[in-house]
Amino acid sequence: MSVAAGPIGSAESAFDRRRRRMGGVFAVLCAAATLVGVAALGVLLVDVVIDGLPRLDRAFLTSFASRIPERAGVKAALVGSVWTLSLTALIAFPVSVAAAIYLEEYAPRSWVTKAIQTNIANLAGVPSIVYGILGLALFVRTLGFERSILSGALTLSLLIMPVIIMAAQEAIRAVPSTIREAAYGLGATRWQVVSSQVVPMALPGILTGTILALSRAVGETAPLIMVGAVGFIAFTPRGVMDEFTVLPLQIYSWISRPQEEFRRLAAAGIIVLLALLLTMNAVAIILRNRAQRHS
Amino acid sequence: MPTTYDIQLGDREPALVAQGVSVYYGEKHAVKHIDLTVPRNQVVALIGPSGCGKSTLLRCFNRMNDLIGTARVTGRVDFHGQDLYGDRVDPVEVRRRIGMVFQKPNPFPKSIYDNVAFGPRVNGIGGDLDRLVEESLRRAALWDEVSDRLNDSAYALSGGQQQRLCIARTLAVRPEIVLMDEPASALDPIATQRIEELIYELKQEYTIVIVTHNMQQAARISDYTAFLYMGELIEYGPTETIFTNPREDRTEAYVTGRFG
Repeated sequence: MSVAAGPIGSAESAFDRRRRRMGGVFAVLCAAATLVGVAALGVLLVDVVIDGLPRLDRAFLTSFASRIPERAGVKAALVGSVWTLSLTALIAFPVSVAAAIYLEEYAPRSWVTKAIQTNIANLAGVPSIVYGILGLALFVRTLGFERSILSGALTLSLLIMPVIIMAAQEAIRAVPSTIREAAYGLGATRWQVVSSQVVPMALPGILTGTILALSRAVGETAPLIMVGAVGFIAFTPRGVMDEFTVLPLQIYSWISRPQEEFRRLAAAGIIVLLALLLTMNAVAIILRNRAQRHS
Repeated sequence: MPTTYDIQLGDREPALVAQGVSVYYGEKHAVKHIDLTVPRNQVVALIGPSGCGKSTLLRCFNRMNDLIGTARVTGRVDFHGQDLYGDRVDPVEVRRRIGMVFQKPNPFPKSIYDNVAFGPRVNGIGGDLDRLVEESLRRAALWDEVSDRLNDSAYALSGGQQQRLCIARTLAVRPEIVLMDEPASALDPIATQRIEELIYELKQEYTIVIVTHNMQQAARISDYTAFLYMGELIEYGPTETIFTNPREDRTEAYVTGRFG
């Protein structure tokens, strides 16, 4: 084979032109694939905002559901969502973090651990309706928690715990082993190494994972229908044993009505839900950035 | 059988006595039946080509191998006449009494002060913590460079400073023996020189076992040198003898740079 002599580009062959064109086509295809997601979100936002924005005012946020669309509001659902989510976080976070710490720092590397690990990954993929059925049988009926916020939060906790556990494990694994060695080398016990070095370093990652899991929980509808959250509630909860509703359920109940006015209410409800979601994701991003700056 | 020379203990008791120490990683026999006596207040260098087991042997001396699930250690390591691997020995206390400095500087992502104070805190060493931190930093020849910024992040220090911080951190728990695993291999020549000077100073109060793949360094800083090859101890004796007049051919080939 002869070696091209002369200025760069003077001996461009058909093969060179073809591979350059292939590269260009591939880049355009990938960019298009990226745009599909962004475009879908854009269309969704525009559509919802056009329908819902006119209805989104102070009264909408401070009124309860009503049969008269002009007087209906999202208060019970918004407060219910915040209650359910807070309780879910309170239950799921400590249990998941403890499980992740056990699996990463304490558990023997045996087939039992491996089996548990695999099953946690499997649990993360179980459809949420299945958790709803479990919640209905276990919390609502067997344990007698009725159709309460507690039943809903426990069910959602089961749903998101595998996700938090895996995110927390990832964050714990990302703590360099040299840090553990340094701490052990100074005569720290395992508990001291975990509590004073590993967990603080992993915490931003754990929190990010938790918030992302919670933002999955905030949009869940099916399991909460199973445990008996209802679409029409005219009071805000005073305790965890009260009946409740949540935003996605309220939206669903509005959208399934025939009147046009209720559709607009649903759109306004979606805006509130999206605002809640985007806020949570923003917090997650801030935490992640802070973690990157520290390391 | 390895060639070993008389270790001049004088009236000092030995700091560590390894007897028939073997380490297995699963099926791999990484360290093979090593006998080695470390004299007190001396510097012992472990040299040998990569993978010869010198770091693994070093980690036997403060039970760091316990942290690797697949590692298994047999034999005895006597410290004050007691086997470190005895049933009633707590590895946590072993690591406090026998400190370790690692290959790459590994400060905690905390302030300079908190790095040094970590060891005393986890071990419940009471008293004047500020003074202990200052004293440890002075011993590690770092105090003058950091005394006005103890609350800055340890990550703001240069690599050489970080390694001296790690040494200060180790000294703060008042160990009797300091194990060093290629402490200068990630540092530039000037930082390396400072660490070497520091090791010379520390010898007055501590016993030091250092792993190095830098033969000049071993020759400069150590009193005794052990040459390991393929998990076996080939020759162990006074550094001068090992480098100028070794008895084993393999030792001579290695220290003269013919392989390694």
